[in-house]
Amino acid sequence: MNWHHIVTVYLKELKDSLRDRRTLISMVVVPTLLMPLIMFGVGTIMTKVVRKAQDEATTLVILGGADSPGVVAALKADAKFKVSDSTADFKKLISEKQIRLAVELPVGFEAALKTGAAQTVTLYHYEGEMKSSMGVGEVDRFFRNLRDKTVETRLADRGLAADLVKPFEIKRQNVAPPEKVGGNMIGGLVPYIIIILCFTGAMYPAIDLTAGEKERGTMETLLCSPVHRVNIVLGKFLMVMTASVATIALTLVSTSVSIIIGGNLLAGGGKAAAGKAASGSGGFIPIIDPAGILGVFAMIAPVAMFFAAILLTISLFAKSYKEAQSYVSPLIIVVIMPAMMGMLPGIELTAKTALIPILNLSLVCKEMLSGVWHWQYIAIIFGSTSFYAAVALALCVRMFNREDVIFRA
Amino acid sequence: MIEAHHLTKTFKDKKRGIVTAASDVSFTCQLGRIYGLLGANGAGKTTTLRLLATLLKPTSGTCTVAGHDAATAPEKVRANVGFLAASTALYGRLTAREMVTYFGRLNSMTDEAIRTRLQVLADELDMHEFLDRRCDKFSTGMKQKTSIARTLIHDPAVMIFDEPTLGLDVMTARSIVKFVRDCRNRGKTVIYSTHVMSEVEKLCDTIGIIHAGRLVAEGTLADLQARFGEKDMEEIFVKAVGGEAALAEALKH
Repeated sequence: MNWHHIVTVYLKELKDSLRDRRTLISMVVVPTLLMPLIMFGVGTIMTKVVRKAQDEATTLVILGGADSPGVVAALKADAKFKVSDSTADFKKLISEKQIRLAVELPVGFEAALKTGAAQTVTLYHYEGEMKSSMGVGEVDRFFRNLRDKTVETRLADRGLAADLVKPFEIKRQNVAPPEKVGGNMIGGLVPYIIIILCFTGAMYPAIDLTAGEKERGTMETLLCSPVHRVNIVLGKFLMVMTASVATIALTLVSTSVSIIIGGNLLAGGGKAAAGKAASGSGGFIPIIDPAGILGVFAMIAPVAMFFAAILLTISLFAKSYKEAQSYVSPLIIVVIMPAMMGMLPGIELTAKTALIPILNLSLVCKEMLSGVWHWQYIAIIFGSTSFYAAVALALCVRMFNREDVIFRA
Repeated sequence: MIEAHHLTKTFKDKKRGIVTAASDVSFTCQLGRIYGLLGANGAGKTTTLRLLATLLKPTSGTCTVAGHDAATAPEKVRANVGFLAASTALYGRLTAREMVTYFGRLNSMTDEAIRTRLQVLADELDMHEFLDRRCDKFSTGMKQKTSIARTLIHDPAVMIFDEPTLGLDVMTARSIVKFVRDCRNRGKTVIYSTHVMSEVEKLCDTIGIIHAGRLVAEGTLADLQARFGEKDMEEIFVKAVGGEAALAEALKH
């Protein structure tokens, strides 16, 4: 190993890559803009759409109810509902989203309420459609209130206390600290995004520095120099790792800035979602333990090494940029699978899962973001991933020394 | 000086099985002389030169370049070699200065030494005008000049040229031939491969004819003319490889 040569190769590759538009986009532009776009763009739009849907009166039709004027009048009087007089086929109207739901009152509903004969109110809605589901919830609450009032009236008529049918209350109390809630909520998502960015950030430089060089005919020029091939590989490897780490660092910075600015914006607006976000119990911007973010960054280092070495090895084999892309692109699926598995409930960090690359990172990041530090697993994961990375790097050096790979044409 | 002893190189090929690209090739290239390696496409010229430049390892045989053994000290061999081929391109996103400086550093030169040497080379090759422009915008002539500066930055004792005029226009090709001659005049050992007969006639002190991986004839132009009883280099070449039928057969592969 000759550090002078390694650094020379590294600095040249860095300069070369920074002048390559494709690498710049995947290394700088995408990670800087991705998270703010997701959080502000998608997040804001989602908040707005949901709020608008909530604020909007639920349009409905009442089927029957001619002999129950009191209930119909109460529904009409409620600002949350907009009763339509349409007589067309209600199922068709719901399907076409002209109304959100239909309420069917049985014959003699109001009279039956007084006599106590059992009755069923049917709500026709469109399962899976957000506005219809929200509307049915509102109407459901309306009839529950009506039922409760009826019960109260009946109990009062018989001279009985109201708590006869409601002997106790059920109350929920959250004990999880806000960080834990935030970590659990986005704990699965953050490592998933980081793993993908770590991979895609390394992808283009890795291809450009190997197959790209072969295609442009500069590989042979480089091999003519008296530099030992191990030093060339290490210089290139460091560059690919830099791209990978830079991608993640920029993502983390842009995410943190988005959270801070986004949190302030929403809190300043005094909106309901901001209050929820501040308490960490909901909303789109939850609170995360900053130490967790640093932990994630430390754990990603051996994975970035692993990705860099694997990507260099595979793309070195290709003759051209395009061929390398066709080898590397399907690998994204291979990387996404274990990263996604980490988000599934029930898959927990154990001695076994700690040895599965990528999945182990996904799991441990989820824990760290929730403020839970399993040091023995962290050590196993760091050690095993470093080992995989070293094996991949050794393989890469071996490939670089193979004439049939370097001069494959 | 270059000494090749029984160099043999075989490749595995999926379609053709084991291919012998160079077979028992031995020759000596003297200091201050140009050795021309003449052969048809696929005759084994590039493989032989890559073996000399330690880009490939021989299956058997040895070679010594500038006093260093290619098998035991490949880095020292490369440090004493300037290798220029049609397949050794430039980094398009670097400027000519950056390109040449990079190779100076890879040859462990100090930045000061690189600056001084580059100044001399830029004067000689008339490169000042495009020294700080990016290589991907260069004309073929500018690219060749930059490549030459790249091979000469560390002032190597041995120059290896693998079909350097391939695909170049007449003017650029002429300037390359002139440059190769200059290298010899400065006392460098030069090996030059080509399939262009006229270049060999004009340029080379010793000519080696390579066919199907074997060195089939060797000598000065006068030697070869006497041996084959022909004046014209093309006729000598055809006779040396065993007639037109043998040449056509070899070119099929």
